[in-house]
Formats: sequence, C-alpha cells, structure tokens
Amino acid sequence: MRVEEHPIINFTRGKKVNFFFNGREVEGYEGEPIAAALHAEGIKVLRHTHNKNRPRGFYCAIGNCSSCLMKVDGIPNVRVCVEALREGMHVQTQSGRGELRDNN
Amino acid sequence: MITTDIVVIGAGPAGLNAAITAASMGANVLLLERNVLEGGQLIKQTHKFFGSKAQHAAARGIDIAKALYQSASQYPNVTMKFGATVLGYYEDGVITAEHHESIITIKAKKYIVATGAAEKSLPFPNNDLPGIYGAGAVQTLTNVYGVLPGKKVLMIGSGNIGLIVSYQLLQAGVQVAGIVEAAPEIGGYLVHAAKIRRAGVPIYTSYTIKEAYGTEMVEGALIMQLDKNWQPLSGTEIDIPVDVVCIAVGLTPLTELLWQAGCKMKYVPQLGGHIPVRDENLTTTVSDIYVAGDVSGIEEASAAMVEGKLAGAAAASSLGYGSGKFAEIRREALAQLAELRSGPAGAKIRKGLKLLVG
Repeated sequence: MRVEEHPIINFTRGKKVNFFFNGREVEGYEGEPIAAALHAEGIKVLRHTHNKNRPRGFYCAIGNCSSCLMKVDGIPNVRVCVEALREGMHVQTQSGRGELRDNN
Repeated sequence: MITTDIVVIGAGPAGLNAAITAASMGANVLLLERNVLEGGQLIKQTHKFFGSKAQHAAARGIDIAKALYQSASQYPNVTMKFGATVLGYYEDGVITAEHHESIITIKAKKYIVATGAAEKSLPFPNNDLPGIYGAGAVQTLTNVYGVLPGKKVLMIGSGNIGLIVSYQLLQAGVQVAGIVEAAPEIGGYLVHAAKIRRAGVPIYTSYTIKEAYGTEMVEGALIMQLDKNWQPLSGTEIDIPVDVVCIAVGLTPLTELLWQAGCKMKYVPQLGGHIPVRDENLTTTVSDIYVAGDVSGIEEASAAMVEGKLAGAAAASSLGYGSGKFAEIRREALAQLAELRSGPAGAKIRKGLKLLVG
C-alpha cells in the first residue's frame, strides 16, 4: 500500500512502469528500490533460504544485511532493497544460493 | 587512478560536513557514497532536531540533508560520486570502489571514514519471518518511498528510534499495537514518548518479545513480562496480532574498512560495539585515516555533524590548508560536542568515551 497523503512529506515519484514478478506483470515507479515496489504490491516474501527453505523479506533497507536477495533479469543475489526499479525488469523469488552462471 | 587530497567515505551528516569543512579550507575532496541519494539516514528523518543552531536544531532531517548537499555542491573543489561503494583499503593507501558497475582505484593523502551504522537484530524464535524489519528500514520505506510496511506494527525498543518511528508510522496511517521495552524505563526522550502515549499506544516496559509466529509472513507476536532480574515471568504472555514487527534495539558501527586498514579497535558497548581508537581530532591509529559520526561510536546525528566538521578540518589542516583556521574550528567543535554529551541523556556516551581513552 502506498501513502497518498502525508502531513509532512510530499512524495515525488518517478515515472510509473510495469515490471514482472515471477512472470506476473505488476506496477511500480521508476528509480524506487525494487523491494519498495514489491511491498506496495503486497509482496513481502523475496526468497527462500538455502538450508531450511525459510521465507525471507528485507531487513535493513540499506544494502547491508543481504536478507533481500532476489534474481533480477537472470542475475541472482541482487539486493533489491537498494536496486533501482526499471521498466520491464524480470524479478524472481530466489531459492537457495543462486547460480552465478544462470541464463534463466 | 584518481588522486586527490581527501576522500570522504559516506555522505551522511558526518561525511557531508567533513567534505564542506575540508573544502572551505582549500583541500580537494572526493566524497563517495554507496546510496544513490545524499544525506545518509537524514533522508528519512521527518522530525525536528534538538541541539543548538550550529547543528540545525528545529530543522527536519530531510531538510538538513538538502541544505548540506547544496552547501557541498557550491564548492568547485568537492567532487561527489553516488552509487559508489568502497570495497577495500590497501597497504599502499589506495582504495577501490565499485561505481556504475566498474571498479575505480583512488589514492588520497587522507581518508575520512564516515560510513555510519547498521541496525542490530534481536534473537527470538521466528525473527527471520518476512514482516520483521529494522525500524530504520521501515522508516526508509515509509518516509522516503511512501510505501506502508503493513497495517499494524509492534515496535520492539523504546529508544529514540523506536519512539520516533512509531510516531511517524501513525502519521502515515499505520496502526501501532504497542511498544515493547525490556528495561523498566522508556529509553528515549520523554517528549517523544508523550506524543505516542497521547495517541493511545501502550508502551510495555519490563516486557520482551518471546516469539513471533506466522507461516510465510509474520502474523503476530507473543510478548511477556520480565522481573527485576530481567527473567521472563511465566503466565504473563500477551498475544499481539500484527503484520509487522519493527526491531529498534540499537545500532552497530559499520567499521569493516577500519578493520581492514588495521586501525586499532576497542569494544565499547556504550558506543555500539567495536569502535576505532582515535585522538581528540578523530585521527585513528592509522595516521592517514580519520573517523566521524556513528562509525566512531553511536550518537545522535547532531554529534555526527560536529564530528564531521572536526575531522574535515583536522585532515585539511594536516595537509597545510586553511592556515590558522583549524584551532578555532577545533575549539568550537569540542565545545559543541561537550554540550551535546552533557546532562543525563549523554551519560552513556560519556562513560563509553572514557573507556575508549582509558
């Protein structure tokens, strides 16, 4: 959910763009972190862990803790809390460690 | 390879002030920041600052960030690179950074490390569920990007971050189910706590989070009371259904570069963990490296700004810039820091700094 009216802040958002979450077309604003756009769409589970397959969301939002790793345009382990959203991006839930040579 | 007088790492309140001060004395400065936005954690601080006019008191953090950036931009001898993550410090005094997907190497005469801090986590069952976030992370999501973290939040920790973020969530239209504080007293300023209480949010002192529950995402948490020896009291559990739990239990300095550079570090719990040993001018034990702000010990942004000025002036002066200016800047900065750290609110900081020197 997005804040539309705020007593102090006047949000200036980028251009509205479409991107893909696990193949499904969703909307966000250009330049905002991918995690913020997903959150606005109600998507909080970003990956499942290597050993115990536990769901993970973001934690720090400053690119520090590596909780939010996802596969973006085929590249695994992207910290989506600091990666800027662009039109047409393919964002996928990551399972496990991610393969460096991955053409999917 | 890029060469310059001074590299400042981090464009938060400390780093921006360091760059401005060093540049005003005539040094050439390169400011590197891993975020694409300037201002560090000021960019999400919608509340008005305390302190005195010298530290922008009564201004909001978001406006201070803009003002500092504009001030730094006015100096032709300041170059700023955003989206530039410093990767390493090498023995010959060279650093590498990743910028726009390429690696750059830089050699400066002096470095000012102002990398700030990261939020601590808290161990409890299911603390890894999506929906459990650092309070500062939720503040970024809500105040910078205008995205709500959920509908109902439980805040763990009643320090200033826990209190301020709770209030800002209310402002953004999110329900706050309560604030949980393990200590018998509220940690942050009472002026912030009073605002929260007036809004009808309960603050559970001498309570802790026992566990969170949920399958794919957090669905609630059990909190329980602590006795005067901080031991959980059975039978006191309260079940609080929420879709967000914010962890506001303090910050830890981001000191990786300092460790790597071989700076002597010391564990000072009052200042957030391992911090660099340094002299009064914020020079570390590696003489070409200065520190400023939270990386040198967790305090408020006001202190970070003053430390930035002091480190910037010290570094510039050591290179022969700003003839005579340093003594005055130093005197003023030390007086301001003493004032910011005075009184009961600064007791913990003073104790920590004493441990560092001793």
